[in-house]
Amino acid sequence: MTGRIGLLARRELRAHLVMPATYVGVAAFVLLNGISFCSYLADNDYSDTSIKGFCDSSQFLVLLLAALLTMRSLAEERSSGTWELLFTSPIRDFEVVLAKYLASLCVLTVALLLTTFFPVLLFTFGDPDFGPIVTSYSGIFLLGAAAVAVGIFSSSLAANQALAALLSGVISFGLWFLGSFTGAFSESIGTLLYRISLQRHFDDFVRGIIDTRAILHYFSVLAIFLFLATRSIESGRYR
Amino acid sequence: MIEVLGLSKRFGDVEAVSNISFSCGTSEVVGFLGPNGAGKTTTMRMITGYLVPTSGHAKVAGVDILDRSLEARRLIGYLPETVPLYAEMTVLGYLNFMALLRGVSRRIVGQRVEETADLCGLSEHLRVHIGKLSKGFRQRVGLAQAIVHDPRVLVLDEPTSGIDPIQIAQTKQLIRQLGQDRTVLISSHVLPVVSELCERVIIINSGQIVAEDSIENLLAAATNSQSFELEIVGPTEMVQRSLEEVPHVDEVFYRAPHHIVRYSGGQVTQTQILASLVENGFELLASRIIPMELEDVFLRLTRSAEDNEQR
Repeated sequence: MTGRIGLLARRELRAHLVMPATYVGVAAFVLLNGISFCSYLADNDYSDTSIKGFCDSSQFLVLLLAALLTMRSLAEERSSGTWELLFTSPIRDFEVVLAKYLASLCVLTVALLLTTFFPVLLFTFGDPDFGPIVTSYSGIFLLGAAAVAVGIFSSSLAANQALAALLSGVISFGLWFLGSFTGAFSESIGTLLYRISLQRHFDDFVRGIIDTRAILHYFSVLAIFLFLATRSIESGRYR
Repeated sequence: MIEVLGLSKRFGDVEAVSNISFSCGTSEVVGFLGPNGAGKTTTMRMITGYLVPTSGHAKVAGVDILDRSLEARRLIGYLPETVPLYAEMTVLGYLNFMALLRGVSRRIVGQRVEETADLCGLSEHLRVHIGKLSKGFRQRVGLAQAIVHDPRVLVLDEPTSGIDPIQIAQTKQLIRQLGQDRTVLISSHVLPVVSELCERVIIINSGQIVAEDSIENLLAAATNSQSFELEIVGPTEMVQRSLEEVPHVDEVFYRAPHHIVRYSGGQVTQTQILASLVENGFELLASRIIPMELEDVFLRLTRSAEDNEQR
């Protein structure tokens, strides 16, 4: 990565690496997913050599990890005064947002890569189906990528980190569970909510199906929230 | 170098800056003075492109800060009121980062950072984490980031706030040096700093410019309404009652063992005061001219603007 976005993303990444919260978050993510992964295998007497246990937990844990990793990205700049420095530097607002996004996504990717230890175990001791494992990881990654964008947007709005994490969690989980409340609304609104919901395509990934519409869906969510984060910063210049 | 034309900023119902215009030339150090909430920081934020003005324009070296924002921002070095630092970075890492962000090429960034650190007295502290530095050194790092890309225009918001007198002297020396070949706009509450550094000051109050001139001219203009001080002996109540009635008497107060009367109306007032002294049998011990300083000019200008507003 070169240029100002790369420069900013690298600084952001270094800031992640000196934060204890990063290590605690990543460790908790791997540990909790590991417990879920093992429990599923044990519950099925080790007959089903899939990463279903991991998928069950990681779909929620990845939303929490994204909220944790992004909470300080812009909120801290605002509270420490470096916000003013950043937004008077010769860099576009969108470039700042993108750099922050890429740095957090990078840490989230590392956390996901650490969990590849689980399929390695399956391949060592059993004969799992390779395809669904790859598609499941793609699904979790895309879900995480969308959640990181939600987190960056929340951090651009919130005055402090705790508020940013809370807002990010509420929006991410809200978008996830949107599909669960379809019965409470009329059919057309219910269908719309289901279509927007982050949950909608996830099961396909776990089953081993990669649908272009699913990829487009997650990319749309992340693009919308990065756009909103940029607009939120821009609107601050008028207030 | 800095041109401000009809700049206004409104926050909701409050007009923080109202239609101000001024300009600062090359190699000029200009002081930007005003009480808290006068609109200094808002104006500086508009010049540096942080805030979008409600109306008006600001140009830096002929480049409009809104139309060609990135280009204009590259020409500015800015030290905000809250020194913007990343505590987890070393001084070297931070200055490198800021230089590259402002477009200094990788080829010369090392040399630029070294020169800047030298200039700001930070050479011995390059490897120290910013979080471990004292407030004075942090202020220096803040100033160093503003000049690391060798900008043509420097905008410094309270560059001497919270540092000790020795560091203030060093900062003044540095700003003087920097002002030799670039435009510097400084806001400060510390008036001696401004009066020593700046050839010209702009005084702003309630979002409007109340005076803009060289310090020499401002003092000369103010001397026309020179203040005097008399030491008087007499019964407190009578002294106050009789003298406060005289037009242009600013204040009458007791400072043991005498009463002090301050007035600024010139010969006519003096005659009236003397008449009152004779009439009441008070004793006049001493009379002196109060030397006019920038602070008095500042207070008088900002106060009269407030009085006008109240009327």
